[in-house]
Amino acid sequence: MSKNIYLDYASTTPVDPRVVKAMLPFFSKKFGNTMSLHSFGQEAQQVLEESRIVVADLMKAEPNEIVFTGSATESNNLALKGIAFANKSKGKHIIISSIEHDCIIESSKWLEKQGFEITKLPVDQYGLINPEDIKKSIKKETILVSIIHGSNEIGTIQPIEQIGKICREKGVCFHTDASQSFGKIPIDVKKMNIDLLSASSHKMYGPKGIACLFVKEGTKIEPILHGGGQELRLRSSTINVSGIVGFAQACRICQKEIQKEGKKMIKLRDKLISVVLKKIPNSYLNGHPKKRLPNNANFRFDFIEGESIVIQLDLLGIAVSTGSACSSAKLEPSHVLLATGLKHEQAHGSLRVSLGRWTTKKDINYFLKVLPLIIKKLRKISPFKKND
Amino acid sequence: MTKIISKAGSYNQKVVKCFKNPKNYGQIKNPDGVGEVGNPVCGDVMKLYIKVAKNKKGEEIVKDIKFETFGCVAAIATSSILTQIAKGKTLKEALKIDNKKIIKSLGGLPPIKVHCSVLAANALKKAIGDYYSRNDSKKNE
Repeated sequence: MSKNIYLDYASTTPVDPRVVKAMLPFFSKKFGNTMSLHSFGQEAQQVLEESRIVVADLMKAEPNEIVFTGSATESNNLALKGIAFANKSKGKHIIISSIEHDCIIESSKWLEKQGFEITKLPVDQYGLINPEDIKKSIKKETILVSIIHGSNEIGTIQPIEQIGKICREKGVCFHTDASQSFGKIPIDVKKMNIDLLSASSHKMYGPKGIACLFVKEGTKIEPILHGGGQELRLRSSTINVSGIVGFAQACRICQKEIQKEGKKMIKLRDKLISVVLKKIPNSYLNGHPKKRLPNNANFRFDFIEGESIVIQLDLLGIAVSTGSACSSAKLEPSHVLLATGLKHEQAHGSLRVSLGRWTTKKDINYFLKVLPLIIKKLRKISPFKKND
Repeated sequence: MTKIISKAGSYNQKVVKCFKNPKNYGQIKNPDGVGEVGNPVCGDVMKLYIKVAKNKKGEEIVKDIKFETFGCVAAIATSSILTQIAKGKTLKEALKIDNKKIIKSLGGLPPIKVHCSVLAANALKKAIGDYYSRNDSKKNE
């Protein structure tokens, strides 16, 4: 019998049925435009503001500090370009890490073309930034530091609070991409000294096409979408009410279940990691053993290539992902894995397994049963090593 | 609607089948020719082993052929189909197998994976070349 086991929650999550239920009235019945003066519009406006409170609560922000956007990519673009253009009279220097998501890397490259200076900080073998490096890199012209919270690939969690403190002391704006961590680990933007934070609904059992950017009150930022002036004039576009209702409902559920779910996930994740490393020779963990997202495991297997592992698993009904070049459109291995010091040939053999709300012990056991067989089979075909 | 066996970067069913159940993989002891192509840095390495014999007409043929491949689905599938095409062919015929022939036998490859078929064709040419050069040096001894 063919299985259907989803272990790629870091890529996207199914929408929680409770979220779907909350969204349904907002398609055909409560469909109003928040900008309209009539009751249809005012009903939409009210639910928008109620939702804003819920999303703000989960990161300990104020409701007027939440700007809804269409995706985490958009939030990250708005953070970088918006801060850059609003503060260019102060300076044109921006600091990011070498393990940021493509949307930060590409936005930085674009800003470089517009005359901004980008410093890309290295990470250690676990993917960790040294906060001291940030301290040293900040100069008079620095207007923004943007560091990812939890790595989408290797799961490493950065010392955000410490980094935020440094930026606050130096008077530099601090942005973090929390797409993978929001809803999974507690976030307190005040305690963590965060000025801007990107979060995404579809990584936490909400719908796709909705995300937000937290912008601390008083932050100087320019919009990148101009028009009707929605979202405190920072993001003109008709409000996606059903999406926002779904995002808020997803936050409510995470708020309630974050502790319990985190504990369950860490237990499953640690079992998965220990058994894989024990059962499979020449296998390694990418990322930090402890400072990592509760649901992320990222492995590396010598002598074989990641796409082959992913497809073998897919044929057995298990969905995972890889940072191998062969699976990417650019035919380049993941820049995150390379930044941790892996060689190209090592990065090719990587496998990301990410767990979620509906992952069971049984799923993990089945995965642990078939993975060693697949690795063995592919190694048998490989010219590099026999008889593992 | 076509049934998706595996989305796998849009590989077709034949490619997936060749990948899932590859033929002729492993080593040949005391091969008559070996061809290795690719580079682990790029993510593809293919190693082909051939055994050469003569047919009734006295022509040299690929009597046995095996492969070892480090690489993606396309790399493994093209290696496997290549060994199936080449087995039993005269060396002259085998040298004519190009990547177009390999792609055709697989019913197509995603454009980004065409280089795997080029690698496979080159591996065979290299293995046969190795056989010829070994023979030449034997003759010269």
